[in-house]
Amino acid sequence: MAFNYDKYLRLEKMPTLWCWGCGDGVILKAFIRAIDKMGIDQNDVCVVSGIGCSGRFSSYVDFNTIHTTHGRTVAFATGVKLVNPDKYVVCVAGDGDALAIGGNYTIHGARRNIDITLIIINNFIYGLTNSQTSPTTPQGMWTVSQKAGNIDPTFDAAELGIASGASFVARESMLDPKKLEKIFIKAMEHRGFSYLDILSNCHINLGRKNKMASAMENLEWIDSITVSKKKYDGMTPEEQLNLFPTGILKQDTEVREYCDMYQDIIDSHQGKRGKVTQDDFAKKI
Amino acid sequence: MATRELISTGNDLAAIAGVDAGCRFFGGYPITPSSEVMHTISDLLPAVGGTCIQMEDEIAGVAASIGAGMAGVRTMTATSGPGISLKAENLGLAQMAEVPLVVVNVMRGGPSTGLPTRVSQGDVRQAKNPSHGDYRSITLCAGSLAECYTETVRAFNLADRFMQPVFVLLDETIGHMHGKADLPTLEEVQAGIVPRKTFDGSPEDYRPYECGPTEPAVLNPMFKGYRYHFTGLHHDAKGFPTEEIETCRKLIQRLEDKVMMHTDEIESNEEFMLDDMTGEEGEVLIIAYGSVSLAAKESIRHLRAAGIKAGLFRPITLWPSPEKSIKKYTDMIKNVLCVELNIRQYTEEVERVSGRLDIEGLYKVNGRPISPYEIVNKVKEVF
Repeated sequence: MAFNYDKYLRLEKMPTLWCWGCGDGVILKAFIRAIDKMGIDQNDVCVVSGIGCSGRFSSYVDFNTIHTTHGRTVAFATGVKLVNPDKYVVCVAGDGDALAIGGNYTIHGARRNIDITLIIINNFIYGLTNSQTSPTTPQGMWTVSQKAGNIDPTFDAAELGIASGASFVARESMLDPKKLEKIFIKAMEHRGFSYLDILSNCHINLGRKNKMASAMENLEWIDSITVSKKKYDGMTPEEQLNLFPTGILKQDTEVREYCDMYQDIIDSHQGKRGKVTQDDFAKKI
Repeated sequence: MATRELISTGNDLAAIAGVDAGCRFFGGYPITPSSEVMHTISDLLPAVGGTCIQMEDEIAGVAASIGAGMAGVRTMTATSGPGISLKAENLGLAQMAEVPLVVVNVMRGGPSTGLPTRVSQGDVRQAKNPSHGDYRSITLCAGSLAECYTETVRAFNLADRFMQPVFVLLDETIGHMHGKADLPTLEEVQAGIVPRKTFDGSPEDYRPYECGPTEPAVLNPMFKGYRYHFTGLHHDAKGFPTEEIETCRKLIQRLEDKVMMHTDEIESNEEFMLDDMTGEEGEVLIIAYGSVSLAAKESIRHLRAAGIKAGLFRPITLWPSPEKSIKKYTDMIKNVLCVELNIRQYTEEVERVSGRLDIEGLYKVNGRPISPYEIVNKVKEVF
């Protein structure tokens, strides 16, 4: 029987504002199936998004949802999570959102290893605002702000997650929705910062000017630049050039989660020995 | 009435007040001269099961605080002028999405990096409209050590009453001042806490942003079965983005009216040696706020000893401004002197409210406090 998404969707908000063939819908559906498979109560999930096409993700799904300012998703989510350490907090951000204007919050959320799942919908372009260069736009591609071809070096989103200290880093593309669903489950089950670089298409605002004007052509291009981590690891550096490994790229279950560490601080402030009181800052007379 | 007498600093008292008022989250970033608020509350919050986090920048500090506020807890941040400049964007979101938050701003010299370790009141105009768009700021200004505590407590109640950020302006002088403060007892403070309204009907009937035309949103805590949407976009009754003409107009009008139709609940002033004023020739009205008012009070004692009948009007709520009270005294008393550690930032408001363009001013913008003698000399010089 086909999966029924209705329970998790805000049906009155349909249709979405996403273009036909956009990968965002595939990713949204995979996310919903993952939540359903895990048996999580909708009330126990908070979805936080930023600005851009991906920013609308939060308004379509029936959870506790926040549409924040551009790039600040992880910072808002950090506040939500710290006062609700037992709830699921998921950030959805685009490549511009998470890596350019929001780079700092992505880095430090990952560094703290706070139990937030960050889904970066990486379509290599600023789509909503009509084709400006994003940090992941491949060098040489046409963008509306670099019509002679992008000269900015291409950024590897997953490498940033690994370098920043996220304890779970994975990359998948929307080409394989089943894999997406699995990776979402693994990410949400992981206690710590889960950093997901999810490659997606924007045949409208990346594709049309870069010889992949249909969704299929855009997807074929994504297919051509991705390779499983296992295969990637067996390649020479020359062969690896311009390819992105997919799958789980890092998983560390030893490193402690931030809310858990903060609980230690709370515990150490209880009882007679460790307790700091107002008297330490204000002398009674 | 029972009181507590404490010896502390303005910044520490603001932190203590937050915890006493039920604040359970603080997201901050180091900045002089406000950092001690974070230092102190980082020790106090874990003891009551709360959380203090030093974020990666000013923007993240306020974002995390707003996130906690969206989740439903009383929340606070502290900073100084450059920090407010950075936080402005997210303060706009909190205004638009109606998220209660207390922002303590310990003012230092500006613009830009300015005079980090020296006193100023240069953020008064900024506090009125830190970010773009139409909304009404609520800004309280502490004029004594005790008020660093009591105004912070009041800010939490106002934030929950009006569902928006509330500024508490301290300045470097009062934030770092160390001395005695007579405070209400903890029991009294706790008895005065009025938490935000919540909806307890069926989730299907819940419309967080459908409220009276002059009332704030009713936002339930997160994860309790009432799933709704926060956004900085114009939004409908359930919080979802809309461009529907009437909905957009009503929303922004409500943000204006929820404050401006209830100014009596927000206004607070001190009238010092004004009760014997009759409007006769030679009377002097001094308008000052914050730490400057301490010098103004001292100057008034000297002026009175010298036979000049002077008194102080001190707005504690700066925004929205106490229009009726300002009008009353500026109508009655001819000689008006505004004293500020900025250039005319509140004088312009007094001019607007009073309709007078002959308000005298004493302004200082070199990072040093104004002494009582400077005020005395100015009064003798201009009146």
